[in-house]
Amino acid sequence: MTSPLFEEVLALGDDALVAAQRMAEWCARAPELEEDVALANIALDLLGQARALLSYAGELEGLGRDEDELAYLRDEHEFRNVQLVELDNGDFAVTMAKLLCFGTHQHLLQTDLAAGGSRLAQIAAKAVKETAYHAGHAARWTVLLGDGTAESHRRMQEAIDHVWPYTHELFEGSDRRGRWLARVEPVLEEAGLNRPEDGWAPTGGRHGVHTEALGRMLAEMQSLRRAHPGATW
Amino acid sequence: MTAPLTGATVEPIIEPMPEPLSGPLDAPTAGPVDGRADERVDGRVREAVAAVRDPELRVLTIEELGVLREVLVEDGRVVVTVTPTYLGCPAMEVIKSDIVSAARAAGGRDVEVLVTYSPPWTTDWIGEEARAKLGAAGVAPPGGGPVPLTLSVRCPHCGSPDTAQIARYGATLCRALWRCTRCRQPFEHLRDH
Repeated sequence: MTSPLFEEVLALGDDALVAAQRMAEWCARAPELEEDVALANIALDLLGQARALLSYAGELEGLGRDEDELAYLRDEHEFRNVQLVELDNGDFAVTMAKLLCFGTHQHLLQTDLAAGGSRLAQIAAKAVKETAYHAGHAARWTVLLGDGTAESHRRMQEAIDHVWPYTHELFEGSDRRGRWLARVEPVLEEAGLNRPEDGWAPTGGRHGVHTEALGRMLAEMQSLRRAHPGATW
Repeated sequence: MTAPLTGATVEPIIEPMPEPLSGPLDAPTAGPVDGRADERVDGRVREAVAAVRDPELRVLTIEELGVLREVLVEDGRVVVTVTPTYLGCPAMEVIKSDIVSAARAAGGRDVEVLVTYSPPWTTDWIGEEARAKLGAAGVAPPGGGPVPLTLSVRCPHCGSPDTAQIARYGATLCRALWRCTRCRQPFEHLRDH
């Protein structure tokens, strides 16, 4: 049997890893050069967090699996990330909506976790300033696009509407949604965007139930390692 | 900070040396006959490790940047503890390998590099002298205040506070792009973190 701490660290590591991989898909595709650099840097931050967490998860598990084995050699149903981070990037507005929702959640969670003295607390304390900057980045774009042209407003609203149902899963077993809303709602208001109604709340990521998007993402992410076992460079 | 490697007296890098990792302080040690020669090697190793340069900000050593936390040398056996600026900083791998090379070149054996996250690195670890070096190299140093977003970043070329951010992220995780509206020069800013 695996421990609850292992499950928690693995889940947070998978959140960061899948979010990093999605963000890295923007490399050389972002709407402007500066944003390309920004998204690559955010992806790198998230990958760094994933490496620290998955290395720790491997040690907790005690079966000799390292960060690479956990990232590259698990199947879809073994991933414990929330479904929000695995969703396709969509257009730039969807990516920013995902980052606003996920980054704000990560920042609140890491702030809470950092209060302790454990190794998880140390990783969280290290990551918390990074995620504050990510959430700030997404908030600026949300306002810029929401309060921009008719077209950018329409697409930003559609993006928020699209990801909103997936935000409920972030707060299963926690009471952070109130504090999260207190940060996200003012951004939507400043952007002139409607706060979507709460309704459908897809779930299952923490138990290995995922959308079809994750399988396609993993197929690409893991293909090299699976085709050439033990390959290094 | 980049003293020659021949210094005879060397102080501990950051803090007094804690207990050795291998056992209690009073454990009997089979030291070499010439203890002073051994001490000289230990001092050289410490200096060499402290003088390793950051691969991205070449004007600073890892000690000046605050990435180096501790160097333990005992009978040539070396344990170095470092901390990352950002969790995803790719320079960390280069720094680790440079530490091993530097320690070995100075006579160290069995070099081990440990990574700690606590206490977390912040830009407050960069001292005044190091900030001046950054400025001289054309990189605006971090402000060091608790409200970084409201502070003006001073142009490292002409000193004007009349500057504007071009992009929130730059060539590395720790930098942002700015430009000076007086001398018109673009420059990098080591972000407050």
